Amino acid sequence: METLLMGAVAYDAKVVTIWDGFKQWFSANGLAFDYVLYSNYERQVEALLDGHVHVAWNSPLAWARAHRMAEARGIEVAAVAMRDTDCDLTSVVVVNAASGIEDLAGLAGRRVAVGAVDSPQATLIPLSYLRSEGLEPGQDFDLVHHQVGVGKHGDHIGGERDAARALVAGTVDAACMIDSNHLLFSAEGTLPPGSTRIIAQTPPYDHCNFTAAATAPAALLEHFRSLLLGMSYDDPEVRPLLDLEGLKAWRDGRVTGYAQLEAAVDESGFYDQEGHVAAVDYRP
Amino acid sequence: MSPPSITDLDELGLDQGGHLLLHRAVSRAAPGQVVEVRGRAPQLRVHLAAWCRSEGHEVEMAEGPGPVAGWIRPGPATGARWHGAERSGPELAERAPTRWGLAARGATVEAGGVEFPFPLNDRAAVWTDAAPAIYRQAAAAQWDPATAVDWNAPVELDDDVEAAIVQVMTYLVENENAALAVPARFLGRIHPHFREVVAVLAVQVADEARHVEVFTRRAELGGRPLGLSTVGGQASLLTLLEEPDFAVAHFLLSVLGEGTFLHLLSFLERHAPDPVTARVCHLALADEARHVAFGMAHLAAVLEADPGLRPRLAAAIHQRHDALAQTAGLNREVFDALVVLAAGSWAPAALGDGFRRVQELSVEMDEGRRRRLVKLGYHPEEAAALSSLHTRNFM
Ligand SMILES: [Fe+2]
Ligand SMILES: [Fe+2]
Repeated sequence: METLLMGAVAYDAKVVTIWDGFKQWFSANGLAFDYVLYSNYERQVEALLDGHVHVAWNSPLAWARAHRMAEARGIEVAAVAMRDTDCDLTSVVVVNAASGIEDLAGLAGRRVAVGAVDSPQATLIPLSYLRSEGLEPGQDFDLVHHQVGVGKHGDHIGGERDAARALVAGTVDAACMIDSNHLLFSAEGTLPPGSTRIIAQTPPYDHCNFTAAATAPAALLEHFRSLLLGMSYDDPEVRPLLDLEGLKAWRDGRVTGYAQLEAAVDESGFYDQEGHVAAVDYRP
Repeated sequence: MSPPSITDLDELGLDQGGHLLLHRAVSRAAPGQVVEVRGRAPQLRVHLAAWCRSEGHEVEMAEGPGPVAGWIRPGPATGARWHGAERSGPELAERAPTRWGLAARGATVEAGGVEFPFPLNDRAAVWTDAAPAIYRQAAAAQWDPATAVDWNAPVELDDDVEAAIVQVMTYLVENENAALAVPARFLGRIHPHFREVVAVLAVQVADEARHVEVFTRRAELGGRPLGLSTVGGQASLLTLLEEPDFAVAHFLLSVLGEGTFLHLLSFLERHAPDPVTARVCHLALADEARHVAFGMAHLAAVLEADPGLRPRLAAAIHQRHDALAQTAGLNREVFDALVVLAAGSWAPAALGDGFRRVQELSVEMDEGRRRRLVKLGYHPEEAAALSSLHTRNFM
């Protein structure tokens, strides 16, 4: 029997628990499924394009690279499914409430904390947004990276938390993070409640998707997609898996929410048009 | 379609506990009803969108300034966690599902939980209606070894009599260790749904720990080393520890063993040559009476539900007897020590009295066992035969 093979990046030990659980559940529901773990998204995308895996659980940045590589090779990749929580995220630029910085113009000449160099939500997208508002990173303001889990495309929350801590410590004047992490850091006390102000919010963008290669067996892939979309939070067997992976329901994949990231990749030269890694300071 | 329900967070942020108000509003919304969120916290709109995304709700953000931040359309996962949840009481279940795990009896248990290793989960196998009252008595009757015994009372005995006391105490401690280990082995296997049964056994284990302590302290009071421990005595106790069936183990330990010990402890209290020995035996006796009462109540309940257990219990006595046939049973040192203790001296006439009293004790023990077996539904003749097969080690 043919097995659908999926790649995932091991950004945390729980990844094993998650995909072992999915593997068992898929198997109980008639889908032969297995997974391969990669230590970083670059290797995973290359493996997908080389046909080592049929589908990859990709970060948005990994998607950006995968479709560039696919186009360069004249093949196709498709976004099969995503989480409800992958849709319409925003990133925010946060300052200390007492800093006197009221708007983006106030960032001129200041130090701005971002996440790891490959974090879409804490680095690439917010910096692109600042650029669109007339602030060139490294030129109009100083950039302070928090390189945690490089190669894991910001999946590790550590870089964003370190940026938030730097803001509290006063070693930076502003920090970039995903909207839900601002809520989390405030609620958990990393950011003392009421001590920060949000001075900018990006337009909404999308996050991860299951990226399928054209070589993936169509029937298996469709079975995979329909099983995912049929997973119900009502089902006590499924609920722990959804909780671990951080969603209430799977949705059909869409690629309409990646324009900001694509622009950010182009502006910063992170990947070239063929999907080669071009960022000089990036060591996954 | 109902009009929107309105939730006003005032100045409270979602990072400051405001999510409680949203949770409550969403869970109370009628099907299809929208929740209008108002508030003045500066980051409310950013947080509201993020919160709704993570909770699986749709949200429409309000445009421009104003008191309304947005409208939540509760998602299909709202309340889903409690679909299929079960009430685990308050009345006793005939069989407590292992998926109820450690939940308080009567709690609502989310579906999909892991199975817990509580194999003793049949009401018929573990429960007795006497358990709640016995637990209340047990909890009320706890005593403190430090203050319940006057450890400074004069204990100045003839050397040979003191040696006999030390030997008897050494034997008692060994048996108390067994009486502690047997219920402890079953404690973690009984489903917590039957909490009063678990509680009785837990207190019983604590009782035995105190018995071990006070008998040890009495043995050491005279400054002598502890006495002898024999292969035969320990072999007899091992058969108790190895019994895998809860009802059989409880029967052998509490009905037969501790039942026999009631007579022994009362004998020791009566003939104790010093006040400390009398007192520690008195305290242990009161606890043991409760252990026996619980054993009788449990076995009576189990036998009522399953009369087929009666021959199995009888077979267990035979089996234990056969297993111990090659061992000495009660060691001679303990028997002799009981004689000396009851005699109070080594004078021939006194020893004669002591010997007669120990003989009377074993008749009393036998009568007690027969009485309890008859009470559990055995024919008097069978009860007599079974009693005679009971271990010569008493416990
Ligand atoms: Fe005891
Ligand atoms: Fe006991």
